Amino acid sequence: MNVKLRVWRQKNNETEGRFENYEAKDLNPNMSFLEMMDVVNEDLTDSGDEPIAFAHDCREGICGTCSCMIDGKPHGPEHGVATCQTYMRSFKDGDTITVEPFRAKAFPIVKDLVTDRASFDKIQQAGGFITIRTGAAPDANSIPIGKEIADLAMDAAACIGCGACVAACKNASAMLFVSAKAGQLNLLPQGKPEKDRRVLSMVAAMDEAGFGNCTNQYECSAACPKLISEEFISKLNRDFVGATVRSSFKAKPLV
Amino acid sequence: MNILNALFKTSIGKKVIMAITGLILVGFVFGHLVGNLQIFSAPEKINAYAHLLQSLGPALWAIRGFLLLTVALHIWSAVALVLENKAARGAKGYANQQTLRASYASRTMRYSGVIVLAFIIYHIMHFTTKTTHGEDFYPMAMLDGHLVPDVHSMMVFGFQQVWVSVFYLVAIALLTLHLSHGISSMFQSIGLRSRTWATCLNKLTIAVCILYFLGNAAIVGSVLSGYVKIQNPNLQVAMGELCTPDCNVCETRIAANN
Repeated sequence: MNVKLRVWRQKNNETEGRFENYEAKDLNPNMSFLEMMDVVNEDLTDSGDEPIAFAHDCREGICGTCSCMIDGKPHGPEHGVATCQTYMRSFKDGDTITVEPFRAKAFPIVKDLVTDRASFDKIQQAGGFITIRTGAAPDANSIPIGKEIADLAMDAAACIGCGACVAACKNASAMLFVSAKAGQLNLLPQGKPEKDRRVLSMVAAMDEAGFGNCTNQYECSAACPKLISEEFISKLNRDFVGATVRSSFKAKPLV
Repeated sequence: MNILNALFKTSIGKKVIMAITGLILVGFVFGHLVGNLQIFSAPEKINAYAHLLQSLGPALWAIRGFLLLTVALHIWSAVALVLENKAARGAKGYANQQTLRASYASRTMRYSGVIVLAFIIYHIMHFTTKTTHGEDFYPMAMLDGHLVPDVHSMMVFGFQQVWVSVFYLVAIALLTLHLSHGISSMFQSIGLRSRTWATCLNKLTIAVCILYFLGNAAIVGSVLSGYVKIQNPNLQVAMGELCTPDCNVCETRIAANN
């Protein structure tokens, strides 16, 4: 199969970018989207042109490195998969495919389709952890956790931090990411001690990074390669209200 | 204050303000609708209700102040969110961004909101400050020996003008659209929406919105179709719909026909 590509090319964050047209010929429909990009890049390299920069790593849908807005949807036309697991059979022969980087003030463009998603790391560092004793691994199941809670926490933990939620959101809000990362820990007993501090710190880091606000349109959940539900956002909102009230009235040490 | 800071400065706080002021305003518009539906009873009923509200004195101003503050906060959070959201996309937007599941109502909240605000301003000038129409459109009626504003006739006069009715229906339709996103959305913003009851919540929201629209449309429709008429005797005389003992119009007409 053959497709035409309309790809965003931008040298770095300081320069203006523009769309360039490319043709990808003689493709195997069972190639992944990224393998198709590899083929295009080989041709570009052979002809002495600069290859298209795109982010990728594991290519099995678990690392969250690949991104790209493909025909107006993060990770392309399929439901619940990342760009690396989107295959050319999802497109038609002769299609023109528009490929853009994720667009958000908090995700500055590094080059072409590569964005800097370090703002997610800052949010994670603000509260996406628990404090436990280090040393030998604890016994499994030493803390009993109900199956329903464990499953729900696992649903949230499926977040690969790719940023598709921000890219799909009409407001470039990171609420689905933050709610999944905070919710995963808030649901479990191990995450309880720092729950309020975690929620307040992660929301503060999110606001600080310049993400937009959630307007409850749930585009994030529809675009998420791990299909994380927007009900974690509802939970984050509830936890935030509770944490704010509790932290206002609780006794604090003198120092 | 920690709580005020969280409410006014954080993204979730602004959404909570939006949700709570939204809830108060939903309560108000439904109370307003129920009050208006008294137009289907005898005129004394709605006139007495209006008189009761007018005679609350300081309490009336407290309620007005509270509602005004609620509206102001609702608009403030909307403006703040829109500006922040616009900035969050960055200088360069998408050439192409699909809409995956965002409802039409949710994508047009700012427009429906602005038009409804324009209508509310007109509505207050029409019936509260009484500045949009001539003196004849604000009649008085007797109620238990007191002269009170004849709200029943004011409403009928208002809706008998087709353009007022059309503007009213458009505003109500847009408010219904606004509520169809707003009502279920406020539950999400304060964390009371879950996947299991979201479907039920959406259906409830739609049912409430349809009821709201039909309730308001019934008032407009019944005036335009002539089902609800002016019932103030003085006005009926002035409009030639009622005979008075000292009237000579009919006799003159009969004489002319003979």
